[in-house]
Amino acid sequence: MTSATSRPAPGEPPSPRPGPRPKPAPPSGAPIRVTGAQSLVRSLEAVGCEVVFGIPGGTILPAYDPLLDSTKVRHVLVRHEQGAGHAATGYAQATGRVGVCMATSGPGATNLVTPLADANMDSVPVVAITGQQSRPLIGTDAFQEADICGITMPITKHNFLVTDAADIPRAIAEAFHLAATGRPGPVLVDIPKDVLQEMTSFSWPPELRLPGYRPTTRPHGKQVREAAKLIAAARRPVLYVGGGVIKANASEELLRLAEDTGIPVVTTLMARGAFPDSHRQHLGMPGMHGTVAAVAAMQKADLLVALGARFDDRVTGQLSSFAPDARVVHADIDPAEISKNRRADVPIVGDCKEIITELIDAVRAEREHTRRATDLTAWWEQLDALRGTFPLGYDWPDDGTLSPQYVIERIGALTPPDTLYTAGVGQHQMWAAQFVKYERPRTWINSGGLGTMGFAVPAAMGAKAGVPGVQVWAIDGDGCFQMTNQELATCAIENIPIKVAVINNGNLGMVRQWQTLFYGERYSNTDLGTHKHRIPDFVLLAEALGCAGLRAESKEEVDAVIEQAMAIDDRPVVIDFVVGKDAQVWPMVAAGTGNSEIMAARGIRPLFDEDE
Amino acid sequence: MTRHTLSVLVEDKPGVLARVAGLFSRRGFNIESLAVGRTEHPDISRMTIVVSVEELPLEQVTKQLNKLINVIKIVELETSASVQRQLLLVKVRADATVRSQVLETVQLFRAKVVDVSPEAVTVEATGTSEKLDALLRMLEPYGLREIVQSGMVAIGRGARSITATAVR
Repeated sequence: MTSATSRPAPGEPPSPRPGPRPKPAPPSGAPIRVTGAQSLVRSLEAVGCEVVFGIPGGTILPAYDPLLDSTKVRHVLVRHEQGAGHAATGYAQATGRVGVCMATSGPGATNLVTPLADANMDSVPVVAITGQQSRPLIGTDAFQEADICGITMPITKHNFLVTDAADIPRAIAEAFHLAATGRPGPVLVDIPKDVLQEMTSFSWPPELRLPGYRPTTRPHGKQVREAAKLIAAARRPVLYVGGGVIKANASEELLRLAEDTGIPVVTTLMARGAFPDSHRQHLGMPGMHGTVAAVAAMQKADLLVALGARFDDRVTGQLSSFAPDARVVHADIDPAEISKNRRADVPIVGDCKEIITELIDAVRAEREHTRRATDLTAWWEQLDALRGTFPLGYDWPDDGTLSPQYVIERIGALTPPDTLYTAGVGQHQMWAAQFVKYERPRTWINSGGLGTMGFAVPAAMGAKAGVPGVQVWAIDGDGCFQMTNQELATCAIENIPIKVAVINNGNLGMVRQWQTLFYGERYSNTDLGTHKHRIPDFVLLAEALGCAGLRAESKEEVDAVIEQAMAIDDRPVVIDFVVGKDAQVWPMVAAGTGNSEIMAARGIRPLFDEDE
Repeated sequence: MTRHTLSVLVEDKPGVLARVAGLFSRRGFNIESLAVGRTEHPDISRMTIVVSVEELPLEQVTKQLNKLINVIKIVELETSASVQRQLLLVKVRADATVRSQVLETVQLFRAKVVDVSPEAVTVEATGTSEKLDALLRMLEPYGLREIVQSGMVAIGRGARSITATAVR
């Protein structure tokens, strides 16, 4: 899949990259004669792309030649295209800019399928550039030919096959525009090899031709006023905050709205960090593994104000019994999300920043008009009681093994406040969402919608490339880590010193938890042998990949090893935290049941049996 | 389930039909009829899609269709406020003994014979799907050898044009 290319030997540091670079001045003036490949690289430079994660190969090869000369675009040579895709996602989520990945045709492109599906589910602005077989060969089952536009049609916001080199600047400009505006998402640009090779002219900026694309950002004033009326009249309101608030950079506005109204806030898995965890009004995360208070607040609410959230099944549980008494204000930039799962009483289409800003004024106006300040005291008493009785917590394993929740809690406590965390998928992800305290947006990056195991390491690589000045911790599981750890070689060679905390319970932990709870403790194929045989030995593996390898197996070692990892900044660090295999994620709403059946711990259902 | 007719204006670009059709199939909707053709604007094609679906899922699929970058505009055409037509070609077994009866039926439906052979006639008819179904029922006793039908095309009644506001 790759062609032989020479890379600098390990240890040879790449040129230092200070902070965010100024946007390059767009080249203008008369068109110049270039190859399609040069046009592509110039377009990437002009659009402000500073880093591309990718792997060269047969059909994308022409693009790699001018890329070698580019002083504005850094190319990070990854080890697997999946790593390139997740790195682009991590970069985009950390910086708010468009993440870019590049791959060759056929298997290179199909290896991007998982990260593109992932970015699509989590609305991440990513542009993927793929090589394609030359135009005369398309459709002939040529070597390394795959119809990647057809394959990625349902998992991208849009894609293009460029059939004329003259169209390259416009395709790139449109791809970046589509990826970053409206509801963000991945866009794939497929370019045949002979299109990259032919001579063409380059001029910038190109004219965008997107007659069918007009995202609504300004909310409808009447809808905002309707929402304000409901908010002013509600006795048990909840602000249900989703990832859209982070995408819209609307955290400050959210804080003002929340403090103005005194309404309790819940932040979904994708919105962790959108509202400070330390804030008194924050009830935590809702959903399958949310806090009892957050889940209960939604179940008992008379008004849900959904902001950039999409009523995902992991949040609502059984839809028919979700928030039975609540009226719904649903604000989202994507009209198709509104009333998709839960009928909205007041739909508001627009950008969350603009919506919340207008909502703040509208609620104030409504209150002045009605001369009524809503009294939420009774509501808060109820919620505070729940919060006091059922705080997030965990028990130490009976067998004396290390508690995974403790490890994650300590990482959160010892790292600096601007630290950025990524996670894989499974128990460790839920614990990282629960036990690290997030105070600011874009500090928590995970695979929410698609649930992609192996996300953590490459996403951390991308995040660190985008925000090199802060610590980036990948909180990973031993199952996830074995899917994508090859990118540590990339990190070591490209000077991207991330920290990886492998929460190693020797098992596919979340699957094992379900086997414990729902399959009569029959553990079919969940033991990975990472405990029993210590295969692989993560410390040795880390060293082999050019990283520092550390290990902690007892409570006493945890803090010291975290401090040790933080002291190393010249290469990536992997810590093998050997933890107990029987720790479970609580609270939990079992799949297919209603949120009122939330279990604070096994067999304890605080909301189900109580008399109202 | 009720039948809905959607007129979808799309950019005339490769893959658009696949995008639209893929959206319907992914959400489990069966397209009853589909017709694609050019419009008075060189860059715009028009799809007429007939689906049987409840109101709420239709709203969702319309919103999803609107999200496709190449889709410019979607209009639902009500049967009462639009003209809807389908084209039918049918080869009917009709030897000398029954040919006159077949021709009588053809005339009743204001259809026409476009090909004749000693054993069969080929009939061309246009109309709503109900009218064409009725014609087929009448011809069936003679023996239907081959049927081919186009997708439904539809246009709103009155002077207004749905493409006029779509192109700016």
